[in-house]
Amino acid sequence: MNLWNFMEYAAWGVSALLGLHMLVDWLKTDSTYSEEVLTSSREGELEALAEEHKG
Amino acid sequence: MTDIDITSKTMDGMGPHGTKVGLLRVLGPAHVWALGVGIVLVGEYMGWNFAVGKGGAYAALIACWFAGILYSCVAMIDSEVTSTVASAGGQYTQAKHIIGPLMAFNVGLYLVFAYTMLEAANAITAGYLFSVVATMSGHATDLDQRPFIILVIMFLAWLNYRGVLATLTFNLVITAIAFLAILILFLSTSGIVGGGIMEHAALFEGHELPYGWIGVLAAMHFGLWYYLGIEGTTQAAEEVRSPARALPFGTLAGIMTLLIAATLTWYVSTGVLPWEFLGDGVNGSVAPLFDTARLSGSTGLVWLLGFGTLFATLASANGCINDASRAWFAMGRDKYLPSWFGAVHPKYRTPYRSIVFLVPIALIFALGAPLDQVITFSILSGLLGYTFMPLNIILFRRKWPLNSIKRGYEHPFHPLPAITLLALCGVTYFAVFLGYGTQLVAMIGFYIVVSLWFHFWRYRFVNRGAQFTMPWPKPQGY
Repeated sequence: MNLWNFMEYAAWGVSALLGLHMLVDWLKTDSTYSEEVLTSSREGELEALAEEHKG
Repeated sequence: MTDIDITSKTMDGMGPHGTKVGLLRVLGPAHVWALGVGIVLVGEYMGWNFAVGKGGAYAALIACWFAGILYSCVAMIDSEVTSTVASAGGQYTQAKHIIGPLMAFNVGLYLVFAYTMLEAANAITAGYLFSVVATMSGHATDLDQRPFIILVIMFLAWLNYRGVLATLTFNLVITAIAFLAILILFLSTSGIVGGGIMEHAALFEGHELPYGWIGVLAAMHFGLWYYLGIEGTTQAAEEVRSPARALPFGTLAGIMTLLIAATLTWYVSTGVLPWEFLGDGVNGSVAPLFDTARLSGSTGLVWLLGFGTLFATLASANGCINDASRAWFAMGRDKYLPSWFGAVHPKYRTPYRSIVFLVPIALIFALGAPLDQVITFSILSGLLGYTFMPLNIILFRRKWPLNSIKRGYEHPFHPLPAITLLALCGVTYFAVFLGYGTQLVAMIGFYIVVSLWFHFWRYRFVNRGAQFTMPWPKPQGY
């Protein structure tokens, strides 16, 4: 097996590991935090804050 | 002010409206520059040269500068609106606030498709580059490009998942190297440093405009390539520390960088490569800057431009993942799509579900669709987005005149840039129609169908009141 064959296998392996890492972290996060917390982001926070300071 | 507590353990300190976990404001103007230029610079390394094939070297230069005007208008208009509507989603959020829900839904889809298709195209290109390196290093059989295509998408998605600061700092470094490589190639081959190898007069003689002025018009389609994606800077709006300063600064510095890079790219490539070879991006010059470096005879330049090509490709894919996921996230947050997509990772502070969701879509296109179709879909989606911008800025100025809202940047000569942009979009539609008429009609048909779906079904789920959060005065005339 030459270098490039090895690189092909390494690329498959690293891709699988990265995908697995994201998947595991995703499931762990979703089971640790409530949906209300995870989806609590609201648009325009900084702008609203600046307006309230002005007021 | 009672609900704001910067020492709170449960709130992020900037969330007067109940945000417990939001995107992180950590970026500066350099990251905005890296996002915009990073997405685009691959177009200098490959792709723009199809314009030479359509109309010759001079046609490619005319297209380069006219497209440069088009994108300067885009950059100025975006800088004004986004420095005011500083939220994730970029043009989608602009459309939502200024025009209306149906336009916002369409613009959101243009953005997601344009960036996801471009990401897939970049991954295909990266796979091809790996195979070229394998062949050059003596690998006897054809390299299987698939694992490298998948690795590029998975690695960059993982980087995006883990945090925006590292993602765009990575983009800043590789984009700066790719841009410097173009400058060094220009200095080394033009005669400014050492001996020059430019042969413009000899190469152009008798081939000034081989297909006449219709060739110039056709070249406009690929003229977009020099700058396609600079409008992506707006997607960083919710993650920059100072939107009013960083967004205009980063975006306008970005378009200036690209105008320089595009003109230098044209100059060095057309001065060394014959137009018939340069204009054939499939069987001729796939990567013109790299080919120019090879003809210079300098091993150092070959390595530099080789890395420049790879880095530009990675930077583009990286920026596309960032932008597509922000647009998808913003649409989810407003319930234009299921609100499940509007989630933010509590540790990494990224729209993690949107990032992961778009990975298989990019993989399907990268592994299953031909490169030219993927790129055409991306360009057409981008072009539809540019057509929306002039309408957007005209309505923005009319509804909220300059004295009604403080802007981070006010673009000059309004409405001239808007009218110029609209006219150049019209010319480009015609140019695209000449080469890809069927795809253009099919894609417009697709957006009409999804618009009907949104109007008759999806709109009932949209957060109609909660989606307008900007503390703006009522628009004039309402």
